[in-house]
Amino acid sequence: MSQFLDMFLIGISAASIYSLMAISMVLVWRSTRVVNFAQAGMALLSAYIGYELVSRTGNFWIALPLAMILGAAFSAFIEFFLMRTLLKNSSQGPIAAIAPIIATLGLLGVIHAVLGFIWGHGDVQLEAPLSKVGYTVGDTTLFIAPMGLFVIGFVIALLFVVTILFQKTNIGLALRASAYAPEIAQLSGVRVSGIRTLGWAIAGAAGAAAGILQTVNGTGAINPDSLEFSLLLVFGFIAAVIGGLESLPGAVLGALILGLVLAFVQIYISGTLVFIVAFLLLLALLILRPQGFLGSKVGRRA
Amino acid sequence: MLRINGLTVSHGAIRALDSVSFSVEQGGLTAVIGSNGAGKTTLMRTLSGLKSADSGSATWNDHNLLHGKPEHHVRQGISHVSEGKSVIPQLTVEENLDLGALWRRNPSEAKASKAEVFELFPRLEERRAQQADTLSGGERQMLAISRAYMARPQLLLLDEPSLGLAPLVIEQIFQSIRHIVDSMGVTVVLVEQNAMGALKIADFGVVLNLGKIAVSGAASDLIADPAVRTAYLGF
Repeated sequence: MSQFLDMFLIGISAASIYSLMAISMVLVWRSTRVVNFAQAGMALLSAYIGYELVSRTGNFWIALPLAMILGAAFSAFIEFFLMRTLLKNSSQGPIAAIAPIIATLGLLGVIHAVLGFIWGHGDVQLEAPLSKVGYTVGDTTLFIAPMGLFVIGFVIALLFVVTILFQKTNIGLALRASAYAPEIAQLSGVRVSGIRTLGWAIAGAAGAAAGILQTVNGTGAINPDSLEFSLLLVFGFIAAVIGGLESLPGAVLGALILGLVLAFVQIYISGTLVFIVAFLLLLALLILRPQGFLGSKVGRRA
Repeated sequence: MLRINGLTVSHGAIRALDSVSFSVEQGGLTAVIGSNGAGKTTLMRTLSGLKSADSGSATWNDHNLLHGKPEHHVRQGISHVSEGKSVIPQLTVEENLDLGALWRRNPSEAKASKAEVFELFPRLEERRAQQADTLSGGERQMLAISRAYMARPQLLLLDEPSLGLAPLVIEQIFQSIRHIVDSMGVTVVLVEQNAMGALKIADFGVVLNLGKIAVSGAASDLIADPAVRTAYLGF
């Protein structure tokens, strides 16, 4: 029983961070039709920024929102100066499909190099602000600790804010309209290019939160060559694809499915199989249901 | 007043509009007719800022239509309903309408426009909470026109509102367009392949042929013109 509970808790904590990553990818995809491979690098950069802010302010609770704001600003900057120029200059022919992918990969390389240049290639340590010792019930120690509980709660709160923003506000309506049908949005008076930048900014904030929470909930060690962050990108992407790549609730559902399946494999089968299962899940899904579970059958219109 | 002078627009090497000139008085309904590939849709897309022109001029009152993006023109009172039921299927009926008024700073005015729209198309009010992809073709077209009307346009550009609709529904849509011109004081330019239907409700007609103006004049004169009848009206 406690093993099952542990599986569930491991799954949910992992899922909460995957869902932030998946939301970042979905928002970027919806606003510019680009899969941002630099997302992991941007999350890693945010983890470093979080580390710097914590060591300067000494307060994690100030550093987290500040790093999210900076993450949003950096992401908006990338959209405004890199992607916009790129889409303008290479909007035709075979290069149009490839250029954004190569550009985000290039950006990933640049970020990694800059991180190594500034902070060196060794580990820096971002200390967790809360205890990571699991709660005990009777004589069993549960997997979940105050830190993990905060991560889950914080992500749920963020999802709530994002839902309200998208479903209940004018900005949200403009964001959705521009994602589904940019031309109609434009003809309705929405300043679509500004809305694109905003989509990237929200993605940047979610990615920054993912990077910092992943670090403090894990070992706390940050390294420019971190494999953990590359995995975060892959898992976030798989979660987004499960959800259909277009849908925000889908991204969260995908993260939950992925988190629970991987936790099941880790606890009941073997931790070494996690990666293989994740990829098999992705392949099976792409073959059986390429539009995802909440993907829309209604295509995007010009 | 809409003034178009020597307007020339190309798609790559193909000239879609060749030195087109005509003007439209405030408050009237002008039908632009012509066969497939005559340049009707290009004309509309150029006027709303989706397509850029090679040369010529197009102005609405003092506003230059050839400069700036569509979102800029909307704020100057020019709304465009593009070809093929221009609604967003993933949004609800009401969200589609709200989208049209999003840029307006005065929520109570936008609310008043919505009430006018619901009066004109009661069907939309019944279905306000439904997703737009559950609507019939005719209802979608009503929604597309209403979405553009929510921006409180002075000049409304409608591209083929009758496309793919049943004759009875077309009749209803055309009557609504006439109503928008007469009671709401909006100037409408209507592009149609359904030439006879369009000319019947229009005040003026412009016949485009291969990117050039073949004939233009009062709609009733065009209907009576034997050359227009044989070439475009089919009898």
